[in-house]
Amino acid sequence: MKLSPRRLREFVIERLIFLSGIASIVFVLLIFVFLLREGVSVLKTASLGEFLGGHLWYPISAPPRLGILPLILGSLLVTAGAVVIAVPLGIAAAFYIAEVAPKRLRPVLKSFVEVLSAIPSVVLGFIGITILVPFLKSLLNLPTGLTAFSGSLMLAFMALPTIITISEDAINAVPREYRDGALALGATHWQTLRRVIIHGALPGIIAAAMLGIGRVFGETMAVMMVTGNAAVIPHSLFEPVRTLTATIAAEMGEAAKGSPHYFALFAVGIVLFIISFAINLTADLLLNRGRKK
Amino acid sequence: MSAPAGTVKVKVRGLSVSYGAVAALKGLDLDIASGEILSIIGPSNSGKTSFLRSLNRMNELNPRARTAGTVLLDGADIVRDMSAEALRKRIGMIFAMPVPLPLSIRDNITYGPRMAGVRDAAILDGLIEESLRAAYLWEEVKDRLNMSGQKLSGGQQQRLCIARTLALKPDVILYDEPCSGLDPISTAKVEESMLSLRKSHTLVLVTNNTKQAARVGTRTAFFLMGEMIEVGPTSRLFTAPADKRTEDYIIGRFG
Amino acid sequence: MRRELRGQKIGFGVLLLATLLVVIPVAAIVALVIAKGWGALSWEFLFSMPRDGMRAGGIFPAIIGTVYLVFISLAFALPIGVMAAIYLTEYAKDNLLTRIINLAIINLAGVSSVVFGLFGLSLFVVFLKFGVSIISGALTLGIMALPVIITTTREALRSVPDAYREVSFSLGASRWQTVRHAVLPRALSGILTGAILSVGRVAGETAPILFTVAAFYLPNLPTGLSDQAMALPYHLYVITTQIPGIPESFRYGTALVLIGIVLIMNVIATVVRSRASRKK
Repeated sequence: MKLSPRRLREFVIERLIFLSGIASIVFVLLIFVFLLREGVSVLKTASLGEFLGGHLWYPISAPPRLGILPLILGSLLVTAGAVVIAVPLGIAAAFYIAEVAPKRLRPVLKSFVEVLSAIPSVVLGFIGITILVPFLKSLLNLPTGLTAFSGSLMLAFMALPTIITISEDAINAVPREYRDGALALGATHWQTLRRVIIHGALPGIIAAAMLGIGRVFGETMAVMMVTGNAAVIPHSLFEPVRTLTATIAAEMGEAAKGSPHYFALFAVGIVLFIISFAINLTADLLLNRGRKK
Repeated sequence: MSAPAGTVKVKVRGLSVSYGAVAALKGLDLDIASGEILSIIGPSNSGKTSFLRSLNRMNELNPRARTAGTVLLDGADIVRDMSAEALRKRIGMIFAMPVPLPLSIRDNITYGPRMAGVRDAAILDGLIEESLRAAYLWEEVKDRLNMSGQKLSGGQQQRLCIARTLALKPDVILYDEPCSGLDPISTAKVEESMLSLRKSHTLVLVTNNTKQAARVGTRTAFFLMGEMIEVGPTSRLFTAPADKRTEDYIIGRFG
Repeated sequence: MRRELRGQKIGFGVLLLATLLVVIPVAAIVALVIAKGWGALSWEFLFSMPRDGMRAGGIFPAIIGTVYLVFISLAFALPIGVMAAIYLTEYAKDNLLTRIINLAIINLAGVSSVVFGLFGLSLFVVFLKFGVSIISGALTLGIMALPVIITTTREALRSVPDAYREVSFSLGASRWQTVRHAVLPRALSGILTGAILSVGRVAGETAPILFTVAAFYLPNLPTGLSDQAMALPYHLYVITTQIPGIPESFRYGTALVLIGIVLIMNVIATVVRSRASRKK
């Protein structure tokens, strides 16, 4: 085969294309490696058990206490609260938009959801701390409005677009025959929805919920601005808490490079990375299994 | 099997094609003569299209296709002695559904030559008129060469596709049920173009329409379930087929 | 029958309520930011440097910083992302490597933004010694934007009918020629839409730039890739949570500029998308 200049150029381009193709793998590995590079040194100061299970987070005391249990619980609490609010709300809204809303209204509603997904999290945090927090404080008569509940509300709001759009896709993917069959047997639209369509869309809806959870768990700015600053084990939803993400964001500025605090924050990052990976992997498996049917 | 008259353009030996576990073509031997029009008839799934697509290595686009056997073009092995790209410039294909690229008529026709490296505007313009005339489309579109090819009618689009293939000046042209979506007038125009091309090209036509095969082909082959049952001069095959299965198909006992 | 219809009315009513609970707060937030921030938008606010500890003057350096970050991060992410998408739709075979690549993309898309910040700190700032700088921040943001660009480009490429590719091959074109001349031109508007949407995403991110580039106050505008920079999202964060005495209109004004950029990008992307589908 002649090696004309055209062929040579093509060869180079196609090599570049292949390298770009595997770039994602390279970057994921890089992230893991570089997190590990700094984070593993936390084991010089605390054992794995102390780190994951210790319930005191005093990273700058001497000696530093590096237990992230309060942070894990903080994240779990805020996430759970958000999920409880967002999942039913999001699925219901998805059904409305996909099945019930008049055809002309559908694009309008979808654009509202798109706008919501586009709002940066720092702006939502700003609104949260400026409006929501004082409001909750006076409404519920709390010592401070900076609580896990505020965080859950904001995060629920942020998770909604993900849950709605993916659920909507799942609902729309239910074959017409299911719907037509049920209606032909005399069921109302509502009954068809409840029995038949939910059943058909279920894997996709569950995946939507999981992706929403993943999104919420990793959220940083909005939750940092409204949940207060208390890195202690939370006892109720209406107290300040600290999440894993907020801890890194808030404290990295002060952590001296090479200090146990610095390494601990990277270790927190590793924990976040692994948990996000697990959630997103599960969600994707569910999505693909639902689609292949 | 009857031998063709004239020099052998394409020589097929032991050609087998399978998709996964399904065998579409089982060990085919065939010689195609220079300047003939070979019509291939047979019911669906008889391997006609798999055969056609093996000749210009379009089967390779299907990741599940497995091909065995040899095909020689002018004595050269189409797999071992040349690249697929070089081959496809010498063996062109017309598909069942006309697919004009989303380009102007001019750019559609010059697509092949441009990809092959032809830059000279004068040469390209010459190719455009020559190819459109040979496809019996020139008079209808000569004033609107910059119009999008997708705005033409179905019959015109198919003739555009023919012109597009002709612009590469291939020796062999493969037609895969080219008139299945066309009205009778367009069909007649396509057949007319095939007959006039015969003088300088070798044509292979796969068709579900036995009457079209009879009108156009110099030789006709009958395929059934992956095998070529018989091949011979068109008039002989249609009046006195050697195999009973051929006769049954032609008179319509099955289809 | 009447009982079932009543059940349907209630059920649909609940669904409608849920939708309203989503839609109304969105509208309220946007309206609120516009209403309270509009007053702050003036020539001075948008184009002059801040004075008096951010309490007066303007947010120009934050805007400029954001612009730099967006441009440079996309200059990095767009070529790689588009080529990666081309690899996945036009070249990749159905094998283990492809499945791993897809897995990696999903993973990359799900990583928390603050973890990206840590990664950027560890790789660009510390290991590669770029320091806290625009280049560190932009590269971090670029890697974050990669999954979005790959996904939208893939969809755009997949929407091009396979028949075009088949025809191009049958005319003797090579695979790259087919991609370049028969596929890409049709996919261009979709790719553009994805790029525009990424601009909005990248402009609004705070956590990745916290440790890699952001500074709260710089007396001069950044002049090179190794300079630190201010950026809108970080600026909003700091004036909301750490500086007392900033006029409320300034806070809303900054939020408005940020939301404005993001929403305008979304609108442009939508226009591009609908123009392209109308042409088809």
